[in-house]
Amino acid sequence: MIKVYVSSVIEAPADAVWAQIRDFNGLPKWTPFVAESRIEGGLAADKIGCIRNFRLKDGGVIREQLLTLSDYDFQCTYSILESPMGVENYVSTLKLTPVTDGNRTFAEWWAEFDCAPEREGELAQSIGEGVFQVGLDALKGLFRR
Amino acid sequence: MIRVTRSAVIDAPIERVWAVLRDFNSHTAWHPAVGESEIEGGDPPDQVGCVRRFTLRDGNLVREQLLALSDPEHVSTYCILDATLPMRRYVATVQLKRVTDGDRTFWHWQSTFDVPRGREQEFEQRVGVGVYEGGFEGLRAYLRRGLDRRATGSPAQAPGAAGDLPSRGIIVSNFGGPEVLQYRPLSAPAPGPGEVRIRQTAVGVNYIDVYVRAGHYRMLEPPAPLGMEAAGEVLDVGEGVTHLLPGDRVAYACPPPGAYVSVRTMAAAQVVVLPDHVDDETAAAVMLKGMTAEYLLHRTHRVRAGDTVLVHAAAGGVGLFLCQWATALGARVIGTVSTEDKARRARAHGCEAPIVTRDHRFAHAVREATGGRGADVIYDGLGRAAAEDNLEVLALCGHWVSYGQATGPLEAIAAERLTAKSATLSRPVLFHYTAQRPALAEIAGRVFAALRDGNLRVDLRHRYPLAAAAEAHRELEARRTTGPLVLLP
Repeated sequence: MIKVYVSSVIEAPADAVWAQIRDFNGLPKWTPFVAESRIEGGLAADKIGCIRNFRLKDGGVIREQLLTLSDYDFQCTYSILESPMGVENYVSTLKLTPVTDGNRTFAEWWAEFDCAPEREGELAQSIGEGVFQVGLDALKGLFRR
Repeated sequence: MIRVTRSAVIDAPIERVWAVLRDFNSHTAWHPAVGESEIEGGDPPDQVGCVRRFTLRDGNLVREQLLALSDPEHVSTYCILDATLPMRRYVATVQLKRVTDGDRTFWHWQSTFDVPRGREQEFEQRVGVGVYEGGFEGLRAYLRRGLDRRATGSPAQAPGAAGDLPSRGIIVSNFGGPEVLQYRPLSAPAPGPGEVRIRQTAVGVNYIDVYVRAGHYRMLEPPAPLGMEAAGEVLDVGEGVTHLLPGDRVAYACPPPGAYVSVRTMAAAQVVVLPDHVDDETAAAVMLKGMTAEYLLHRTHRVRAGDTVLVHAAAGGVGLFLCQWATALGARVIGTVSTEDKARRARAHGCEAPIVTRDHRFAHAVREATGGRGADVIYDGLGRAAAEDNLEVLALCGHWVSYGQATGPLEAIAAERLTAKSATLSRPVLFHYTAQRPALAEIAGRVFAALRDGNLRVDLRHRYPLAAAAEAHRELEARRTTGPLVLLP
């Protein structure tokens, strides 16, 4: 089991950032790497257990299931059901916390997963920097003051 | 119930911020609203359960207790025990998180508490703005000025490892009389590998200190602190020290000199943990003299019931222990002393026949007391002046144990003079017997057991402030003292 953790500060109030990211079907709206997304079975995107099926711009298809959605804690947790990445038991959380000093947002995004030992470094890098940091950078860009 | 939450981003790595915040007493250094603060009972500031008592700049007094501390989670939780403010059930949590993007620190500070109805708004502001937001700014300024790096326990070091601590002590400025002893500010460095740092509470004075001070025993080069024996509490230990822990009550009697100080850093190997029944002053009074009596009576010569033992300076520090312990072993004890008053003290400690002599002539009196047979063993701390009479009163196959030379060094003794009585002459030194830890532990353990069982009683009459060490030396050299002397830092 390895853990990847990335955090950043976004120059916007947490409720505004949360409004942008709470839509489990909304990755194409704010990430630069997702081309299109739909929720399987026509479920609501905030129904716990729903599955988002999305296609990356590089062509890969990923299915992820919503495990936790908290409007109170500004937190979303999900697992990967299928992906081309070669990871097992992948659970990830995206969480926002208000920074009262400056009315900004502390954003954390982390994942825990299993993979072949020789791929740990490469996956930690590609997920931490290629996904989480790129996603948070995109949010910082959206909310640049 | 009010919940107050404030959070901020500090432009410093989490390790540096946490090194400050994990210290429950550090707020006095960085928080602008906090005045004086101390941890009650001198507990370490990262001990869960410790209580900080502090004043706020507005005059209020607060006592807070540390409820939880987690280094991996960077969390500190604490509550108010009592305060001159109408706040009830106040519990606060400080949590730090790493901002990986820029290696900064997210600081989350939250509390819940109750206040009288109608004053919620006021207290939300006082805590949220005055305490939490003020704290963020205070810590930022503290780090910006690099004050955390100057403070003890800087983040570069392991938790608990502080830098130098101030100490005070008596140094030998030059070899000479008591006047060369000077009281000076010193410092005790953090313990290195194999070392311990001790806050000393009582220091033993021994005749060997006089020899060292005078330059007869070249155990130090002036200016340097004097003393071989003390007791106190372990502050911290260096790498590889496993037999001591911070907070242990300990004592030692060993070279090199350096015991006449308030805080000492030294090799840990010769330091032993004290049992509860031995208090610090007793330990400082008994370690060197008691361990000396132990090896003299059990190792250099094994005293048995029925032996006749002659103890010189029988009312002195070691002398009184030898009298008591030899008596407890079933020996018959004869002693020499310089005054009638000392004769009474020696008798009260088991010396059956104290001989009063000011010129160290005692052969006639010992022969009388032993029906002409003499002593099986002589414990001689006198040296030169007693040598002739010692040879004269030694029984056949007797053992002359010369462990001190208060009247001057022994002159050469022709081996034939021992042949005349099949006598044995020993010149033992305590520190050879205690050099190995297992032996040290056994010797010290037997001294502590003798104290517990009443075979050794310490009649401590002479206490001096550490600063008055010169006066203690004058009294000791003028033979105006009986029994042990201790200095109190």
